Amino acid sequence: MITAALISGLGLGSMYALLALGFHITYAVSRTVNFAQGSAMMVGAVIGYTLCITWGWPWLAAATVTLCLCALYGLLIERVLVRPFHRRGSEAWLIATVAGGILVDNIVLFTFGKEPRRFTLSLAEVRYDLFGTGVEALQLIIPLVAALLVAALLLARRYTRLGKVLDATVQNPAAARLMGVDVNRVVAVAFAVSTVFAGIAGLLIAPLISVHSDMGTLFGLKAFAVAILGGITSAGGVVVAGLLFGVVEALIIVHAGSAFTQIISFGLVILVLAVKPDGLFGRTAAVKV
Amino acid sequence: MQTTPSAHLPGNVTVLALTVGSWRRASRGVLLLAASLFSIVAHAQDEPIKVGLVAALSGQSAKSGEAITRGLTVAIDEINAAGGVLGRPIELLSRDDESNPSKGLLAARELVQRERVAVVFGGLDTPVSLAIVPAANQMRFPFMGVWAAGTPITRNGAEENYAFRVSAMDELVDEALVQYALDEFDMSRPGMLLINNPWGESNEKGFTKALASRSIEATGIERMEGADVDVVPQLTRLREAGTDTLLLVANVAPSAQVVKSLDRMGWEVPIVSHWGPAGGRFGELAGSNADKVHFIQTYTFDDIESGKGAEVFAALQARFPEIETTADVTPAVGVANAYDAMHLVALAIENAGSLDGPAIRLGLYDIERHEGLIKTYETPFSPEEHDALGPDDYVFTHFVGDEIVRIER
Repeated sequence: MITAALISGLGLGSMYALLALGFHITYAVSRTVNFAQGSAMMVGAVIGYTLCITWGWPWLAAATVTLCLCALYGLLIERVLVRPFHRRGSEAWLIATVAGGILVDNIVLFTFGKEPRRFTLSLAEVRYDLFGTGVEALQLIIPLVAALLVAALLLARRYTRLGKVLDATVQNPAAARLMGVDVNRVVAVAFAVSTVFAGIAGLLIAPLISVHSDMGTLFGLKAFAVAILGGITSAGGVVVAGLLFGVVEALIIVHAGSAFTQIISFGLVILVLAVKPDGLFGRTAAVKV
Repeated sequence: MQTTPSAHLPGNVTVLALTVGSWRRASRGVLLLAASLFSIVAHAQDEPIKVGLVAALSGQSAKSGEAITRGLTVAIDEINAAGGVLGRPIELLSRDDESNPSKGLLAARELVQRERVAVVFGGLDTPVSLAIVPAANQMRFPFMGVWAAGTPITRNGAEENYAFRVSAMDELVDEALVQYALDEFDMSRPGMLLINNPWGESNEKGFTKALASRSIEATGIERMEGADVDVVPQLTRLREAGTDTLLLVANVAPSAQVVKSLDRMGWEVPIVSHWGPAGGRFGELAGSNADKVHFIQTYTFDDIESGKGAEVFAALQARFPEIETTADVTPAVGVANAYDAMHLVALAIENAGSLDGPAIRLGLYDIERHEGLIKTYETPFSPEEHDALGPDDYVFTHFVGDEIVRIER
């Protein structure tokens, strides 16, 4: 029973973590978040389905094009829904990204269709027996992909020029600008990376569930809760919080029953935040006076 | 027109001229008024009788809204071709509730208050219907459920109850599902897996009552959300508790997740389900094991070669050219319930002789006999019974490919 809960929880937790990482990246670089993350996840799944199932493209080619389009979606969100408001010191980007997500969800509803569709993938059909529990190969691959992406992000930040530029912008945007860093471009790249992560989550989760226009809504909300829980300024923190949230959710269902899942899991989130307002791994930003 | 008397005329002549002028104007006014009244009456006689539909026309349950619309449309076409009701044609006005109770309630109010519809038809979602019913009882307009099966929709405790239904009712469905599971699968340790909303709650009561009357205890009652990705934890609890049959209540997407999760676990257990899987592409979503879910229906297009079924199917094909086979009219319950309900409403309006809500309500009680698609209705409604269908009208089905096929017993 515990094995089933752990496998199920780790798979879900990895999805939350990927989306929450998107929130972390944009917040770290620009102190803004993209509330259309859930929508970006859905866009990834829908484009992937269209290319792979409807048009019959090979999965790899479909995934590559999907992620490129997700990156474009992120750039568009930053340019149209965030930058104009942020530049003027307005917080309206918050509602603009929410509205943008709803707009895209509805456009997809009318173009992709009203009914959920099945994204068949051979990896989702391969099953193993693990400690007496049936597991699909994709369920094991999802946490691995999430771990690889986190590692890649951390390494890129440490060893690549783009990563150093990103870190410089995180630490002091004004100083970075004086050193010749194009801060606007760095922020745009951060948004593109965040929607690519969401797109990957969409492509991975689609074969396990069904593809439809509002599939990202609840994921987006939970991922934001995870980002806050882990400490939105800490990449490792949001990943750990994502996995923790997924596993705790599954364990609550197994031990206390499904009727209490939301009450207990979100109750725990509130409790943790009451004790550690900056999240499990977040740090209070030092303010010079 | 001269309105001022001429300065050259003597006083009495002026008075006379004024009086004649006033008379002319008055008579013209009376004529104009009579003409406009006549025109209004004539226009009202030609004006269509509006009926409203509040259902999910978008989102995951959109296919149910499409089925209801088709059933109502074909029935309206037949009624209008036969001269309409009270000499007037019927017109359908549809509103999308997006499966959201607040939106459904607003839409029903708008249809009644602004569009002056005579009757409001409901859709798939019990929570939406439960939101509309109190308004129907308060504003005194007939609400006709054609899909949502929640028991409290018609059994709502109102002194003057305006909610009627041509569909299944949870309490009776649960009774039928439990009996089916006993007959077909020798169920002794049932486990419930219910959607976490008022529909699931309504069925929990129904199942508990049906099981208690047979001295059977459920191994567990688990709940799932519509957006749940993985139901393995809930199913694991039920399996560990020794469940030998699953009693399932959920819409298409979560029902498909149950089948997928069972596949993942490698657990082969009989599934006896309410009719949620019928509301969309369950065959596609659940995969190769979709046929293992046995679910209840009120109607299937088994025979499209003869009888009423053939007539209605031909009318559907003529009206909606995209319909080629019976697989294109799944779920048939939406079409059939709506089709019969529209004809019953038309009879009620004829009985009432007006579009007054309370009169139509009494008109529904006065229907004596109607040969419908699902069955021949004999006094379908009475003050004690607002549900036109009962357990004898239920059939058990499963998916074979994309088609819903009756299970012969």
